[in-house]
Amino acid sequence: MAKVLMKGNEAMAEAAIQAGCQAFFGYPITPQSEIPEYFARELPKRGGLFLQAESELAAMNMVMGASASGARVMTSTSGPGYCLKLETLAAMTLTRLPAVVVVVMRSGPAFGTMKAAQEDYRMNGNGGYKVVTFAPSNLQEAAEMVYEAFDIADQYRNPVVVMADGMIGQMMEGVDYDKMPPKRTALPPKTWALHGRGARAGKKPQLLFLPDGMGHYGAKHYCETQLYPEIIRNETRVEITDVEDADIVLAAYGTAARMCKNVIRELQGTVRLGMIRPKTLWPFPYEAFEQIGPKCKAIVVPEINIIGQMIDDVRIASAGRWPAHHVGDSQNDFLTPNRIRDKVLAVWEGLQ
Amino acid sequence: MAIVYERPKSLNGAPFTYCPGCTHGIITQQVAAAIDELGIVDDTICVGCVGCGGYIAWFMDTDAIYSLHGRAPANATGIKRMNPDKVVFTYQGDGDLASIGTAEIVQAAHRGEKITTIFVNNATYGMTGGQMAPTTLVGQKTTTSPYGRDAAHCGKPIRMCELLSTIDGAAFIQRVAVNTPGNVRKARAAIKRAFQCQIEGKGFALVEVLSACPTNWGKTPAAALDWIASDMIPYYPLGNFKDFQ
Ligand SMILES: Cc1ncc(C[n+]2csc(CCOP(=O)(O)OP(=O)(O)O)c2C)c(N)n1
Ligand code: SF4
Repeated sequence: MAKVLMKGNEAMAEAAIQAGCQAFFGYPITPQSEIPEYFARELPKRGGLFLQAESELAAMNMVMGASASGARVMTSTSGPGYCLKLETLAAMTLTRLPAVVVVVMRSGPAFGTMKAAQEDYRMNGNGGYKVVTFAPSNLQEAAEMVYEAFDIADQYRNPVVVMADGMIGQMMEGVDYDKMPPKRTALPPKTWALHGRGARAGKKPQLLFLPDGMGHYGAKHYCETQLYPEIIRNETRVEITDVEDADIVLAAYGTAARMCKNVIRELQGTVRLGMIRPKTLWPFPYEAFEQIGPKCKAIVVPEINIIGQMIDDVRIASAGRWPAHHVGDSQNDFLTPNRIRDKVLAVWEGLQ
Repeated sequence: MAIVYERPKSLNGAPFTYCPGCTHGIITQQVAAAIDELGIVDDTICVGCVGCGGYIAWFMDTDAIYSLHGRAPANATGIKRMNPDKVVFTYQGDGDLASIGTAEIVQAAHRGEKITTIFVNNATYGMTGGQMAPTTLVGQKTTTSPYGRDAAHCGKPIRMCELLSTIDGAAFIQRVAVNTPGNVRKARAAIKRAFQCQIEGKGFALVEVLSACPTNWGKTPAAALDWIASDMIPYYPLGNFKDFQ
């Protein structure tokens, strides 16, 4: 199949169906509504179930029930709805139920505005759980990440979040579905799925609360000391560009990283720029910063928010070696390539 | 010697964790007995809730899941939609169903979700230590209505059967009590019919069971049963609100 021109939200929904998503539960909210709309059109034709829930809260609990029944299942939302899903997302990390959650970020707090934003980087439920969190920067990547998210969720029995910003959800671009990542083989069989005990060998009843044979602390301890380190080893994704002899390194994800590429091109011959683009926000690619060369004087962190969120992780990764400068806004003076360029030049002049 | 009474086979034998005199035990047993009588233990999935009754998930010899506070009907929706040929039931307290989970129960009924709900109304939040619930009677003292529930301040108790029976998707709605042997028998029959409603694909089914919480009511088990008859039943009339053909 050649490239097809699609809207980001639709591209992610199509990728999910191609990955074998059997059920979708959702609730309308801008800028993600084309996702449930696409599923509503396509899933009934392709053997799946679409159900509009009464709230994001209910949608996520339906996801939990469908996942407990062994189905590949997805939901999507934006910030105000993501808040409502978090208690259940946390519960699913405890009960170890896979699912895919797409968050198309808009500006907050709460109802905020419809503008695209990168403001939900720190949004988490209770209890210190972790979920693989993808951050796509173009539509091909958004489709690939959603596609792979289902395998990753099943492999680790843990939900996966795809954090797209509103721009990724709303823009149109070509997507080639022949280029999806390879299917993972040897995924663990869902022997725990609920179909009534009669469906299980020996009619052994299954209780889903904690993984079999584990107490609450044991389950949590296992995740924090074994599962999460394994995910960090296997699934950390980052794009690193020219950081070895950069004067300034840009660190950005999603649409902000896309803008950075323009700036790097524009400032060629003026200042040597490298870039670190996390493709997973968790696990965060801390080690990528070890590749930064000795000439680097500063890191500039463009984000579509007012004072920076990912910049905290950049500072942890920097460990005091380079100052980190935020640039960006999600309200009045929206992040643009020109604003990034001006910030880089100001930082560069300050260093002379 | 003939066996005239034994533990329902749908229970796994784990000792109940309910307080002495708590009628959650009787209700859990009636649910299991109904499942036995219908011969559906292999095909039933139990959705427990947050609250004392949520422990049913640990007592049933069926597949089961523990769901979040108030969300059992949504969780059960996901399970039932993926398992349309299985029998899915929720077991929820009155804080769970009539307070934090009102949206989920109303919308499950509105969709005509083919699930069965056992709604245990003990006029209080049991597990958290006896706070006021939407079902707490006017004048009833609880830890958060220490001077008695004042209708002017927080309304009169909500009657869920009456409310839910106005919804087209609800096919079977009945209120029962477990304060006397006769009422226990009627409760069992209603629970069985609520499962039958689901098996026949008629729509949403709910049985509200008036239940005693002697611990938080500060009453002996016997006095608690008397209070169901003297105070609860007059406000929460027993009977069938909706039935199917
Ligand atoms: C979101 C959330 N809020 C509050 C609680 C605390 N909580 C646990 S049990 C319970 C009350 C349950 O009361 P009820 O539903 O009446 O059931 P009962 O214990 O009386 O059977 C509450 C509020 C919780 N677990 N989760
Ligand atoms: S606190 Fe009340 S509802 Fe809970 S087990 Fe004890 S008596 Fe039953």
